[in-house]
Amino acid sequence: MATDHSRIAARFMISPAVLLLLGWMIVPLSMTLYFSFLDYNLLSPGMEEWIGFMNYEYFLTDPAFFAALGNTFLLVAGVLVITITGGVALALLLDQPMWGQGIVRILVIAPFFVMPTVSALVWKNMFMNPVNGLFAHAAKAMGLAPFDFFAHAPLFSIIMIVAWQWLPFATLILLTVLQSLDKEQLEAAKMDGARKMSRFVHIILPHMSRAITVVILIQTIFLLSIFAEILVTTNGGPGYASTNITYLVYAQSLLQFDVGGGSAGGIVAVVLANIVAIFLMRMIGKNLEA
Amino acid sequence: MSHTAIDSRKIIMTAIAWGIGLLIFFPILWTILTSFKTEADAIASPPMFLGFDWTLENYTEVQDRSNYFQHFWNSVVISVGSTLLGLLIAILAAWSMAFVPAKGTKNVLMWMLSTKMLPPVGVLIPIYLLFRDTGLLDTLTGLVLVLTLINLPIIVWMLYTYFKEIPGEILEAARMDGASLWAEIIHVLTPMAVPGIASTMLLNIILAWNEAFWTLNLTAAKAAPLTAFIASYSSPEGLFYAKLSAASTMAIAPILIMGWFSQKQLVRGLTFGAVK
Amino acid sequence: MGSITLENVTKSFGDVEVIPPLNLEINEGEFVVFVGPSGCGKSTLLRLIAGLEDVSSGSIAIDREDATSIRPARRGLAMVFQSYALYPHMSVRKNIAFPLKMAGLEQADIDKKVDAAANILNLSDYIDRKPGQLSGGQRQRVAIGRAIVREPKAFLFDEPLSNLDAALRVNMRLEISELHQDLKTTMVYVTHDQVEAMTMADKIVVLRAGVIEQVGSPLELYRKPANKFVAGFIGSPNMNFLSGEAAQKHGAHTIGVRPEHLACSRESGMWKGTVGVAEHLGSDTFLYVTLNDGSNFTVRSDGNVDLNHGDTVYLSAEPENIYRFDENEQAIG
Ligand SMILES: Nc1ncnc2c1ncn2[C@@H]1O[C@H](COP(=O)(O)OP(=O)(O)O)[C@@H](O)[C@H]1O
Ligand SMILES: [Mg+2]
Repeated sequence: MATDHSRIAARFMISPAVLLLLGWMIVPLSMTLYFSFLDYNLLSPGMEEWIGFMNYEYFLTDPAFFAALGNTFLLVAGVLVITITGGVALALLLDQPMWGQGIVRILVIAPFFVMPTVSALVWKNMFMNPVNGLFAHAAKAMGLAPFDFFAHAPLFSIIMIVAWQWLPFATLILLTVLQSLDKEQLEAAKMDGARKMSRFVHIILPHMSRAITVVILIQTIFLLSIFAEILVTTNGGPGYASTNITYLVYAQSLLQFDVGGGSAGGIVAVVLANIVAIFLMRMIGKNLEA
Repeated sequence: MSHTAIDSRKIIMTAIAWGIGLLIFFPILWTILTSFKTEADAIASPPMFLGFDWTLENYTEVQDRSNYFQHFWNSVVISVGSTLLGLLIAILAAWSMAFVPAKGTKNVLMWMLSTKMLPPVGVLIPIYLLFRDTGLLDTLTGLVLVLTLINLPIIVWMLYTYFKEIPGEILEAARMDGASLWAEIIHVLTPMAVPGIASTMLLNIILAWNEAFWTLNLTAAKAAPLTAFIASYSSPEGLFYAKLSAASTMAIAPILIMGWFSQKQLVRGLTFGAVK
Repeated sequence: MGSITLENVTKSFGDVEVIPPLNLEINEGEFVVFVGPSGCGKSTLLRLIAGLEDVSSGSIAIDREDATSIRPARRGLAMVFQSYALYPHMSVRKNIAFPLKMAGLEQADIDKKVDAAANILNLSDYIDRKPGQLSGGQRQRVAIGRAIVREPKAFLFDEPLSNLDAALRVNMRLEISELHQDLKTTMVYVTHDQVEAMTMADKIVVLRAGVIEQVGSPLELYRKPANKFVAGFIGSPNMNFLSGEAAQKHGAHTIGVRPEHLACSRESGMWKGTVGVAEHLGSDTFLYVTLNDGSNFTVRSDGNVDLNHGDTVYLSAEPENIYRFDENEQAIG
């Protein structure tokens, strides 16, 4: 399948994709890197000057950075724990014989297709609102005081919303994998006298383990960049209580117009994401071999 | 196990699964129901589930007050436009990689995927400034470009895996039959890959429709798609639950339906084929 | 029209030389079969002729004109692939019409030629079906139809029958032979099955590891194999070989006897052995005999032989039916 003719054609045809992605990666990224060494504020244009690592110093020693780093971690970890355990449980449940399995599947998968701004606003107003939200009604009905979610547990509330959006993804993938499990293997284990729990631990879980890692790594990539949900619910507040790195960089650059500081933050975010990405690429690389 | 034991187990499982399924789906259901209430009914205490006066006025009002369909149309243009543009570029790239693999092909693929891992804030400022200086800010063209680029790796990857399943001999047969490269791609490869291309298209329209970083940061009013339009409800004045629900219902309905059809592709596309 | 000349052709994939320098002349109208074990480079050689791969060095001429760097479509050759390579989204009619459409023929001409080809190949009843709705044999015919409408200078076949069941394979073998009688177009046919080679070829090219071991008519190869490899490859069941003392008696490093040239006797003969398995087919009997020195012989005998498992048997052959090979496996004499 390869003559010089077709090889030349192939080079030619792959080049738009390669050049575009190269441009997309290299041009803006090197600009960000350059800006990160400048004192550059959009409010005072023309005053840019080279200040070395000052932006990094400010960004990395800013208490907001530590708050954001911690929140980013909590957000990612919290959502992962909920979606993975929930996803495994739901996948096991949906794999059982039942009536209307297809419909249940459709119900469960639905939140993933809801755009982030819609799900965040629906949860914020119609469920978590301390006056008119359904949770407030439920609390009152039980004689409890309604809880003001976004005032007192902003990060937790965001975690719940994001977990609701991502639970379907984990469930769908784990269910797909579970259904590919050779049922004869389970029956053999049953014949060998393995109890339910040990069948789960020794056969089902190992079978799902690769998929679980894939889910963890892919979700992590997306969860590191959670933005819209914070923007429309808390704006990162109160204080920095629900600010993650992504939102912090956004606020610094487009709300405070501090391009230099925001760029330094952007580079930090890239470095953090890269550490995660390296693991992901390793893994997908291995799957490519297989 | 006796027959009844199996049956009662199935009944219990069905009940639990439906219960949980409805619970997870409930926020969407509640949004849809609320969109048919009056604003007063929407915040009634205790909440009204079905016994309210059904009305369509929220839908008309959302359109009258905020030119809803303009934003809807923006979403359509951005998601369909970026998907088609991406497909055009990706079909060529995937053809090369699937049928004329070279030593570096795998690395190029990996590298393409790795661009997907670049956090958007890392390039937010330069893109924002470049767009501002070139007049692309708040334009559909600008958003189509950005969304094409961020989803291109997924499109290339998905097409690559679909193309890989097409035997190279068929393309060679076309070549023997006198087909030029274009004829080979247009008359043979593309029609054979229609199911794969359709799935890829579906998934990418969904991803682009729901994209909420670039669409929020690069639009103001004119080019704002539904993601950004809905975000404007975050600072409400007065009664607005029913209207928020109506706008939300319209924003998610088309994609929800598409999504239900593309569950399989979702698994394949978003996991880059690591899970089939 | 339809001669093909390969001059010092080589092909390497990366560092691996699959075809060392190779020369071959295929004459106009000839039915040439490339035969050899799997992986020996038959397909590669065919694809070089087709232009689907570039030669690493050397030249290929078609009708005496250099075609080395001409694109596949312009070489005027048609190919039938092992997997048939039919376009699954097109009907039989569109499949056969595709090369004509690519050549820019008028629709009326296309229809005429497609109908004619469909008639020859008995495809008229299926003309509007998609390949997925056809049986293996029918698909094979469509692939051949797509090749013949172009009226090529030569046909290239890459193991076209290997995906068919045994009965169908015999039928299609005959059909392709008949097609060659009718069209008189050059055919280059690749197979690993020496029976196909023997039954179809005017000229057989035996390949091993990219090297031509021998070229000749089927009977030439059968009667005068150039070396031990060809001797063992051509003929069914395979030739029996003996080396060591038994061979030295005949002044050779190795000797070979075809199963059909062995006579058995209960009393005396050249080699003594014990019958392992006896297969009585009625017309023939196949005996699998273990000789006293431990080597295994296959014997093809007539249907009346009454030997069974465990019987002692003496085998012998006429001197002119004993093939002799030197230590380099080349035939002696
Ligand atoms: N595209 C290729 N890249 C690398 N090696 C190849 C390629 N095509 C064939 N080969 C190698 O060349 C040798 C001959 O292959 P082939 O011509 O297909 O053999 P045959 O058709 O006789 O079975 C084999 O060892 C095969 O692995
Ligand atoms: Mg072959």
